[in-house]
Amino acid sequence: MKQKALPRIVPWVLPCVILAAWQATSQFGLIPLRILPAPTQVLEAAVRLIQSGEIFRHIAVSSARAFAGLAVGGVIGFLLGLLNGLSQISDRLLNSTFQMVRNIPHLALIPLCILWFGIDEGSKIFLVAFGVFFPIYLNTYHGIRNVEPGLIEMGRVYGLSGFSLFRDILFPAALPSILVGVRYALGIMWLTLIVAETVSASSGIGYMTMTAREFLQTDVIVLGILIYAALGKLADFSTALLERRWLAWHPAFQGPA
Amino acid sequence: MTSQAVAPREAQVFNDTLGAEIRLSEVGKSFGTRQVLNGLNLIVKPGEFLAIVGRSGCGKSTLLRLIAGLDRPDSGEITIGQMQAKERSEQVRVMFQDARLLPWQSVLRNVGIGAKGDWKAQALSALEDVGLATRANDWPSVLSGGQKQRVALARALMSRPQLLLLDEPLGALDALTRFEMQKLIERVWMRQRFTAILVTHDVTEAVTLADRVVLLEGSNAALIHPVPQARPRELGDPELGHLEASILHRLLQAKS
Repeated sequence: MKQKALPRIVPWVLPCVILAAWQATSQFGLIPLRILPAPTQVLEAAVRLIQSGEIFRHIAVSSARAFAGLAVGGVIGFLLGLLNGLSQISDRLLNSTFQMVRNIPHLALIPLCILWFGIDEGSKIFLVAFGVFFPIYLNTYHGIRNVEPGLIEMGRVYGLSGFSLFRDILFPAALPSILVGVRYALGIMWLTLIVAETVSASSGIGYMTMTAREFLQTDVIVLGILIYAALGKLADFSTALLERRWLAWHPAFQGPA
Repeated sequence: MTSQAVAPREAQVFNDTLGAEIRLSEVGKSFGTRQVLNGLNLIVKPGEFLAIVGRSGCGKSTLLRLIAGLDRPDSGEITIGQMQAKERSEQVRVMFQDARLLPWQSVLRNVGIGAKGDWKAQALSALEDVGLATRANDWPSVLSGGQKQRVALARALMSRPQLLLLDEPLGALDALTRFEMQKLIERVWMRQRFTAILVTHDVTEAVTLADRVVLLEGSNAALIHPVPQARPRELGDPELGHLEASILHRLLQAKS
């Protein structure tokens, strides 16, 4: 028992030491509160905001923006990736344009976005959608392009064509690549949202931290950062679960969970 | 050397066959400036097992792909029974050198690919025929190379095709597995009596399995050799050995 428990504890040793050191230095006044609050103070802020219900409102607003942007950009990216992966004509027509636009850092569009959409939901959803479009588009495109030709030929011999060929061969073959795109997109989704909400917002976690900055509430700022981290981790973890479920056939996803 | 030589025993096997007759007339195919096949005429009798041998690049795989309808001939005509080769049908199945199983589907679903209606029982019985019924729910990735080809064989035979095309299906297997697969193919062929066309560079395999061996050379059939031995054929049959030697000899003469 003891031998099994030990390796499980090992990865947690360093984080615990860091946390303890942080707590100690703050407690003894080595780090001023306005630079960094103690972990216990962050915890207190969390309890306070949970009790007032404020935190849930901000998380709900931020998540809604994030997933609305993901849905818009992801669906468009997926459909165009499919289209260009399957059709030579649209590939010739669109792909090089997309590759050019891809080089625009989407966060550079923030000033334009504010001019176009104001500081409403529109600008944030647009930015997130723009950011997640490319990883999903590119990975869907490459997934479809790299389906083994032998499998397609085999499918044709066995009478598959059109939708049945897509459903039984093209889509499942491209799925591992598409899910990689989704994981990238989720990272970009939160990152974009953090920046967009910090620059201009009247609600959401970014707004919460920016308001806290004005009142020097470093505990709330650190809490906001931790919430972003947790949301990002949660989204990544969900995709990992989907991969395990949908790619159970793949040797890379077999073995102990 | 005659193309129509039929041993008495063969005629008997071809009775009540389910196989289709294949007719190739004046078939030509070229890639760029290279003429791979030119004016090829060949008739494969219903239920016959025909092997096509030749050096690499002689056009034997091209010929098989034309019959399978995967490519179109530049000239000439290919008919399978009453049908043109370019029409796709569940009467024609192909086994490739690689098994080409879908890794994201179970073995059973791979066998039932493209099948409609209540296919599960059929697929399972096809798997039984190749001795893999117990692996029906496994992923293909856990099977060995020989097992994968057996699944591919079950998949090909599930729809009871009239014509089975084999494109060096055993080329990637080790010697022992290959021998077992040859026995298995002979067994299911004798039971289901489809027409079979095997493309191979392995002359031993050709004379072990085929009723006739066609030697493809210089974009045409240079030699058609009947193999009258009784079935199931024994390993190390001296008659087969002689035949193999003479075909190999002829093959080595070519272009040397």
